[in-house]
Amino acid sequence: MIDPLITGLVVFVLATFIGFEVINKIPPTLHTPLMSGSNAISGIAIVGALLVAGDKNWSLTVILGLLAVVLATINVVGGFLVTDRMLQMFKKKDVKA
Amino acid sequence: MNFSDFLPSGIELGYLVAAGLFIVGLKKLGSPASARQGNLVAAIGMLVAIVATLLNQGVLNYQMILVAILLGSAIGAVMAQRVEMTAMPQMVGLLNGFGGAASALVAVGEYWRYMQQVDNIPLSETVTIILSVLIGGITFTGSMLAFVKLQGLITGQPITYGFQQPFNISLLITFLVGSGLLITDPHNSEIFLGLIAISLLLGVLFVLPIGGADTPVVISLLNSFSGLAASAAGFVLSNNMLIISGALVGSSGIILTQIMCKAMNRSLGNVLFSAFGSAKKFEDAAAEGSQDRTLHTIDTEEGAMMLGYARSVVIVPGYGMAVAQAQHAVRELADQLERLGVDVKYAIHPVAGRMPGHMNVLLAEANVPYPQLYDMEDINPEFDRVDVALVIGANDVVNPAARTNQSSPIYGMPILEVDKAQHTIVVKRGMNAGFSGVENELFYKDKTLMLFGGAKDVVSLLVTAVKELN
Repeated sequence: MIDPLITGLVVFVLATFIGFEVINKIPPTLHTPLMSGSNAISGIAIVGALLVAGDKNWSLTVILGLLAVVLATINVVGGFLVTDRMLQMFKKKDVKA
Repeated sequence: MNFSDFLPSGIELGYLVAAGLFIVGLKKLGSPASARQGNLVAAIGMLVAIVATLLNQGVLNYQMILVAILLGSAIGAVMAQRVEMTAMPQMVGLLNGFGGAASALVAVGEYWRYMQQVDNIPLSETVTIILSVLIGGITFTGSMLAFVKLQGLITGQPITYGFQQPFNISLLITFLVGSGLLITDPHNSEIFLGLIAISLLLGVLFVLPIGGADTPVVISLLNSFSGLAASAAGFVLSNNMLIISGALVGSSGIILTQIMCKAMNRSLGNVLFSAFGSAKKFEDAAAEGSQDRTLHTIDTEEGAMMLGYARSVVIVPGYGMAVAQAQHAVRELADQLERLGVDVKYAIHPVAGRMPGHMNVLLAEANVPYPQLYDMEDINPEFDRVDVALVIGANDVVNPAARTNQSSPIYGMPILEVDKAQHTIVVKRGMNAGFSGVENELFYKDKTLMLFGGAKDVVSLLVTAVKELN
């Protein structure tokens, strides 16, 4: 059995390369939405939070986990919604109201 | 064989789908036409990841989790609705902080679980928990301080004190020593709490000496940290979903950080440790020879004539324009000029706003069509052929000293070459130096015309005057 730490490291390095490749091609115009969007993705900590908060019996672990779920959800929901709000405004030609 | 035997593999496959959706979503964020869809794709990826996680047999605490998710969603949705576009850097800063805090809490929660259940905490586990607490903690307090600074609750000036760096370094060494002790004695929770405290303190101390002009770099870097914090939490839980997503965000933040540093011609180390823009440093540079030179001023009627009868006008918006909330007036001016057949473009410097791409969002909000927005590299070769460059609330990013004056603190910084246009009109509130505290010789050139006043008032007057031209 390979140490999970090593497997994790392999995954981490490869994902970093993909990140560099994909994000390098994004034009400056979209850098703010990119940042808020990727910010929402970093809210993936919610997955870890759910696993930690999952125990049925109350303990400090569960309380910390639930707090983490709240914070990560704010991060995810706020991030994706505000990105959408911004991207809505990017228009080719203006639509006269 | 029953259903639950397949569940762990099913969850992993769900994570694979989610990670794929994140990558496709980010790729679609590469063009304004598909960006909105890309954001949606990424959001669906997140939903898949959450649902897959809830299927985990260890997750049983459904009621409380539902309450927590609803609470978080409500807060997040309200924040996203209410935030002003000018306040976007604060918003992203705050969200970075929450993400970092969540990651750190996951690690602390895991540590506590080990404390209760197993008598032996594996070495790799202790190391990843320490790393996760460190990165998450720094991200949390660093982002909170950046938020407070950007929101103007405390001064945006760099805050420095004696022995700042020796103190920070000794704190870091203390952290390393503490980590070593915890590794030899993982059950010593006092040491663990000490490490948490140091991490939180480090975040504050790291942002404290960084000035307002450098916030684009800090926000980008904290963005990267929030990703790395998620990755670190992924190492703690041996969860690939967290590791992959965190790595994507981490690399994205690093790229943006590099772009911002390059746009200011400074190294990351210089931004983090030099307390740039603290007023005392450049006093003498600003004082020299500014008195005996003449400024050419014009009024709004003359300005309107020049703009209206030009063939091509390039508008250079700076953060001063955004602060004055003059975006809509600027767009109206552009409309009027286009009515007269003038070719209007906008030139956007990478650090024009308070975060990467900020100015583009502010102009998009004012309904400026994005094809009219030009990046620095695209517009600079065109300035030779431009009749009038209209600089509104920008200073350092158009300062020719960056090209010519080797002794200038901003020497080498890439600028928008407005001085190459036939004429330059600078709309400016007064003769204050820019964020860097550096004098701008552009203002004293013969073909530069100064139009003093608040950006919004001046531009509105220009609009009225241009309307009268035919």
